[in-house]
Amino acid sequence: MNSICTSSVPQPLAATPLVLPMSEGHVRAGFPSPAEDFAVNRLDLTQILITHPQATFLLRVAGASMREAGIDDGDTLVVDRAIKPRHGHIVVAVVDGEFTVKTLHQRAGRMRLKAANPTFPDIVPKDGQTVEVWGVVSSCIKRFTI
Amino acid sequence: MYALVDGNNFYVSCERVFRPSLAGRPVIVLSNNDGCAIARSNEAKALGIQMGAPWFKIRHLEQEAGLVALSANFTLYGDMSDRMMSLAAGLGPSQEIYSIDESFVGLQGVRGDLVGRAHKIRSRILQWTGIPTCIGIATTKTLAKLANHIGKTAERKPGSYPQELAQVCNLAALPAQDLDDVLATTGVGEVWGVGPRITKQLQEGGIKTVLDLARMDPATIRRGWSVTLEKTVRELQGLPCIELDDAPGPKQQIACTRSFGKPMHELGPLVEAVSEFAGRAAEKLRKQHCLATELLVFMHTSPYRPGAQCSRSVVVPLRRPTDDTLALAQAAADGMRYMYVPGFRFIKAGVMLLDLQPANILQRELDLEPAAFEDPSTPRDRSMLMTAMDAINGRYGKGTVHSAATGQPGPKREWGMKQGRRTPQYTTRLEDVPVARA
Repeated sequence: MNSICTSSVPQPLAATPLVLPMSEGHVRAGFPSPAEDFAVNRLDLTQILITHPQATFLLRVAGASMREAGIDDGDTLVVDRAIKPRHGHIVVAVVDGEFTVKTLHQRAGRMRLKAANPTFPDIVPKDGQTVEVWGVVSSCIKRFTI
Repeated sequence: MYALVDGNNFYVSCERVFRPSLAGRPVIVLSNNDGCAIARSNEAKALGIQMGAPWFKIRHLEQEAGLVALSANFTLYGDMSDRMMSLAAGLGPSQEIYSIDESFVGLQGVRGDLVGRAHKIRSRILQWTGIPTCIGIATTKTLAKLANHIGKTAERKPGSYPQELAQVCNLAALPAQDLDDVLATTGVGEVWGVGPRITKQLQEGGIKTVLDLARMDPATIRRGWSVTLEKTVRELQGLPCIELDDAPGPKQQIACTRSFGKPMHELGPLVEAVSEFAGRAAEKLRKQHCLATELLVFMHTSPYRPGAQCSRSVVVPLRRPTDDTLALAQAAADGMRYMYVPGFRFIKAGVMLLDLQPANILQRELDLEPAAFEDPSTPRDRSMLMTAMDAINGRYGKGTVHSAATGQPGPKREWGMKQGRRTPQYTTRLEDVPVARA
């Protein structure tokens, strides 16, 4: 092919495609990262702590009756309403129109709410009285003053 | 097939989730500025409180009947609605969220026991969010809405309908005679799209029940009323005419209007108010990726109070189509200054963004003004500033960053809403989360 035109009449070009090999992937100036093949998402607290987003609520603890369960005054509870409450679960229940956090004891059709602090009383429903479980505590978040 | 899922007394139900002591008591939620009742618990309905009842007329019931009145907590209701809608979507393959507490769900391809499936979703919504709902199922959207109304009424007023239709009502599963009976016991005013005016006209024409309307010839209805009512009649007859709109298009106009807590007569606070409204409207505008070409500002006095009446509005054309908060706030302020007259007690003002166009189709113009004489107030491209503003406000709360013209935020604002009885924002502010006693 001539690159210099010597004629004033346009010349048809009999062009044949020139096939070039193409290299896969990006070619950069430095080394490709050996970590590229292993990249995954960073740990996400929301995914770790929250299983049912539509059913999860945060509540704040006021009081010391659950200290021996690791729940202290001022902590934040992650409460999941989608979990079916079972014996041994720590639950938030409605007692006298207020939210209370206790351990659920359920045996032989009888239910009581146990404190985790020997200086606090349990809550035992009277005959015919039902205590409604509002949700199951799935985590407790303690934040330190920094 | 369509389902309509609808929260019972939605605002009140949201409040009861976080304040169980309200269960069983007469509770109402008041509109912005604590004006009138916009939600009532069943106990409040039993006291005779109508929807929209002005607060000053019913406040005596606080002492007399133990009525609890709460200011609207829309932040909370919005979050609870999101949770409910996300769960309601599990009922079928497509969803149209109709309002804050109602959602259509398309049931195409869903086989098996629809009523059983609906009961499971209903139980899940109640267990997971605490919100009680009713679900109506039928072959058209109009009938699904009617089925929902029947399900709700059957639950609330035992004996009004067969008890098996309570909570979840599938009109498509009823034998023809039973369906006719149900339609014959329902007033024609309960049909979706039949408001008080059309109800009156129909009743005068002898059409009193839903069955009467369903038996009408659609062509006659179209001649006497409109094609909309004709579609309603065809839908009542089981022929779907209204589609499920699961991706509604961007709004054609965006408004932000508010009534003031107390009447305003000074120009300064009015300019602050419309600057704020313009900012909020601009946020909504950016969210739907549009630009505005005109801005309307209005204000008026209260027709219910004595004194001289004044109602003014002005349309401010914008130099270029824009979504820039500062440009829109400036236009709103200019409009207000232009039309303000002293000596009146204004109780409401608002901003509307008109003639919206998509942001990705930008019609450019020749920049004929030489740069040296460029007007410093002509907006440069501040889209990155807007993006940063939206991101900060999204993370730290609405109004964290705002134009200075809106004044100091907080309850000290002269023109701010009266909301004396609002409950905390239990699910969106860490300081407001409910307390569990240990």
